[in-house]
Amino acid sequence: MKPAPFEYLAARTCDEVIGALAAGEGETRVLAGGQSLLLEMNYRAVRPVQLVDINRVRDFGGLDVVTVPDSGPWLCVGPLVRHGRFEQQVEAGPLGRLLARAVHFIAHPPVRARGTMLGSLAYAHPTAEWPTLAVTLDARLDLVHEHGARTLSADDFITGSFATARRPDELLTRVCLPLLPTATGVAFVEHRRTAASFAQLAVAAALSAQDGVVADARIGLAGTAARPTRARAAEALLTGRAPTDEAINRAAAASVGVVDAPDDPHAGDSYRRHAAEVLVRRALMQARDDIAERT
Amino acid sequence: MNISLTINGEERQLDVEPRRTLADALRDDCGLTGTHLGCEHGVCGACTVQVDGTAVRSCLMFAVQCDGSTVRTVEGLAAPDGTPHPLQTAFASEHALQCGFCTPGFLMLAAAALEENPALADDPDGLRELLTSNLCRCTGYEAIRLAVRLAAAMRNTGGT
Repeated sequence: MKPAPFEYLAARTCDEVIGALAAGEGETRVLAGGQSLLLEMNYRAVRPVQLVDINRVRDFGGLDVVTVPDSGPWLCVGPLVRHGRFEQQVEAGPLGRLLARAVHFIAHPPVRARGTMLGSLAYAHPTAEWPTLAVTLDARLDLVHEHGARTLSADDFITGSFATARRPDELLTRVCLPLLPTATGVAFVEHRRTAASFAQLAVAAALSAQDGVVADARIGLAGTAARPTRARAAEALLTGRAPTDEAINRAAAASVGVVDAPDDPHAGDSYRRHAAEVLVRRALMQARDDIAERT
Repeated sequence: MNISLTINGEERQLDVEPRRTLADALRDDCGLTGTHLGCEHGVCGACTVQVDGTAVRSCLMFAVQCDGSTVRTVEGLAAPDGTPHPLQTAFASEHALQCGFCTPGFLMLAAAALEENPALADDPDGLRELLTSNLCRCTGYEAIRLAVRLAAAMRNTGGT
């Protein structure tokens, strides 16, 4: 189908975008990459009164490492950084490696040339790659509105399936991801029905090692609940222990505790639990090998 | 809205509604019907064109977003004297099309990719990932893969 009529504003400044959102009374939507928005508009699933196009706003393409006192260095990403940018490592450490691995799961090259990381976070597809990583890594998201700004953790930002804490008058201006210690092994794995499908389940893992034991474990799952979730019980089983096959198997078995999703035509609860365990085991093995390859 | 864009080297002024997708503007306002529309939601890739040198889904962009941009469609692929692009020659010789509906999209996708990275043809995983972008329902992927490799070889040996 074709989209319903709307008014179009090509904004030049951040203030212009925020002004339009404030004046739009919830009927104005931000057009960044548009790779999900246009799809929904073509379906007429959404019919915004106005689109404010941010593609010509200067300074929205920022991609910098910023050091924050007491919390270390963060990779901060602006609203116009496209998915494809992460195909080459944007940062030399494990975070850049993890982003470069995960990005290949996002749609395909033409969509990656347009779609943006912040757009994906604002859309909050339940098994999308960037929201999964944001929750796994405790990313922080900056929201700006006409009268102020606030910063939320990814866990507070993503509230459900296609649902976020962003109010209609707020613009997501930045996401910051923490850089990972050098001796961190990373992995991103998915199960999907075809190469072009959305993920049915996705798992992100980051294991930081020190003296042969896991100093910090992060395991994030998507497709197991309405929104991406950390498998904290599984993380606790690994922390302080050597990442042996046995420890990994125990953690994988514990991770199914986060599965809380209704049956769908492709997966019932028992299948989903089984697949989650397999994927977590696979991700942890890969993350462990990734540490070994770098040290 | 009035917009101006360069399509296949020719400057065009268009008056389009904001909701006009680039695909519809090319087909209906410019008469360039070589760009095909299949799914209209970014899955099939039949509508792939190049905007400022990058392959994109023209069903997932509004024409007004392309104000001031350079657009290349399948009509702009052959040389001005009509000599086919190496990819067009290779698609013909490798039988990389059957019904032909997906062909313009595959040509524009592969042309942009080879221009960005001529070595892509020798990277099996990269080429495979690229070609999963678009759908061919005559199941001609293997022939398409061979055609892209042949076109890259033709370019590298200085062929047309």
